[in-house]
Amino acid sequence: MSALDFIYWLLGLMFAAAAWFNLKDSGNPKRYKRASFWGLYAVTFLAGTWLPPFVTGCLAIAMALLAGIDGLGKAGAVEAAPEQRRVAAARFGNKLFVPALLIPLVTVAGTLILQETVTRGQPLVAAKDATLVALGIAVLVALAVGLWMLRQPFAVPLTESRRLMDAVGAVAVLPQLLAVLGAMFALAGVGKIVAAQAGWFIPVENDFTVVLAYCAGMALFTLIMGNAFAAFPVMTAGIGLPLIVLKHHGDPAVMGAIGMLAGYCGTLMTPLAANFNIVPAALLELPDQNGVIKVQIPTGLALLVVNTLLMYFLVFRH
Amino acid sequence: MLPLIGVAVVILGFALRLNPLMVVVAAALATGFAAGMDPVAIVTEFGRAFTQNRYMALIWLTLPVIGMLEKNGLKERAQAVIAKVQGATTGRVLTVYLFIRQLTASLGLTSLGGHAQMVRPLVAPMAEAAAEARYGELPADTRNLIRAHAAATDNVGVFFGEDIFIAMGSVLLIKAFLDQNGYELTPLQIALWSIPTAVAAFLIHGARLWWLDRRLKAALEKRA
Repeated sequence: MSALDFIYWLLGLMFAAAAWFNLKDSGNPKRYKRASFWGLYAVTFLAGTWLPPFVTGCLAIAMALLAGIDGLGKAGAVEAAPEQRRVAAARFGNKLFVPALLIPLVTVAGTLILQETVTRGQPLVAAKDATLVALGIAVLVALAVGLWMLRQPFAVPLTESRRLMDAVGAVAVLPQLLAVLGAMFALAGVGKIVAAQAGWFIPVENDFTVVLAYCAGMALFTLIMGNAFAAFPVMTAGIGLPLIVLKHHGDPAVMGAIGMLAGYCGTLMTPLAANFNIVPAALLELPDQNGVIKVQIPTGLALLVVNTLLMYFLVFRH
Repeated sequence: MLPLIGVAVVILGFALRLNPLMVVVAAALATGFAAGMDPVAIVTEFGRAFTQNRYMALIWLTLPVIGMLEKNGLKERAQAVIAKVQGATTGRVLTVYLFIRQLTASLGLTSLGGHAQMVRPLVAPMAEAAAEARYGELPADTRNLIRAHAAATDNVGVFFGEDIFIAMGSVLLIKAFLDQNGYELTPLQIALWSIPTAVAAFLIHGARLWWLDRRLKAALEKRA
């Protein structure tokens, strides 16, 4: 059992609460479906570390079917009335910012502390988990401070998280499912196949077309894979190293740094980067799922042009 | 070529606006079959990757706190604070946030932001309030446009700030990959070359936010 498992339990309890409140929502015609969806998700967090992967796979696919066939319907929970919120805002004033700002601040402080903490020669928390565990601690701290400052009943955070989870809906699981898809792509060697196809149509003698192909390739491949980290090794092995560095004697540091950033331009423009693009649209309750992407496309395209030019002028500079 | 069927399923599914969960699951299963795996192995791999990537859901852990604060008027308070700032506009509020987000990300403090923790409870309400203070009640599509810009600003800020930090995962990934191929570089040598793009990102996105202010003014002043 790791520290991270404890955080996953908290998350599991939160999803279980969302399932429970949906189940009790007798006015909602889809309450059993909604309760099952959040209930299954809760199981993958409460028991996920011990469940056989095959069972978890079945649970995840069942969730997609619940959401996919005829949808989960409308959320049942309603927001507090605007008048009530204004009264509370006037009463609590700037105190309201304290718990909200505690989350990022404690996360940062906690990450730094956890990374340094060593007990009996072992790090207390694995380095890669430090931020995640720190976020969990930060939420608990903010919750305790918030409950105390605002004199709220203990049920409020759970009923309110259910309201927000319902507002986000099934999209909440999308980033995790896309990560699964990425793992499947990696197993099937999708990246290698694409890179093998990409090589043969680039005019390799011209140093500008090579840079253009690499930067555009990074963006395009990220668009398809939803993740610049997946695109980087493939494109760099296929185009960057053999053509920019070996053939035209470019600087590998410039190529790597700006190449990755060209990939990020792709991230701004793809629904497959769901945690950055689709989840916020759901969180902000935008009617258009692609609302955030549409706003990001001009910045993404302009920066892709800039990155290509920057690389061309900097990579061959000596 | 056959494993590319998963890519085709994803592109087609998203283009046709089918349920995204179903599209992604179908694409994952199709990729597995095309790679010659048997059904049990595919579902097992599916579950293994699903469990391994649970950390992606940790963002939701902030919702109990955010929800409780919203119930008690957090958004309304954020709006009241911004309404009192002379000269605040949607574009300026977001430009300040863009600057802070890029700067903190470049120091490795990427968790000082994010859509659930900062954008929904604070940044988006402030950006909306700045427009409301000038032009009164906003039409729904304007409100949604401002919210979308708030989320976009967070993304642009973190993407084009974080690679300046030498211990960032992406910088270490670049270093590890180049190491494997015989190019030994320090993280600093790589991170330095992210600075020109970071400056360009601030200028380009800042200009777009300035333009957003002009658009809001043209659309909303005429109405009033």
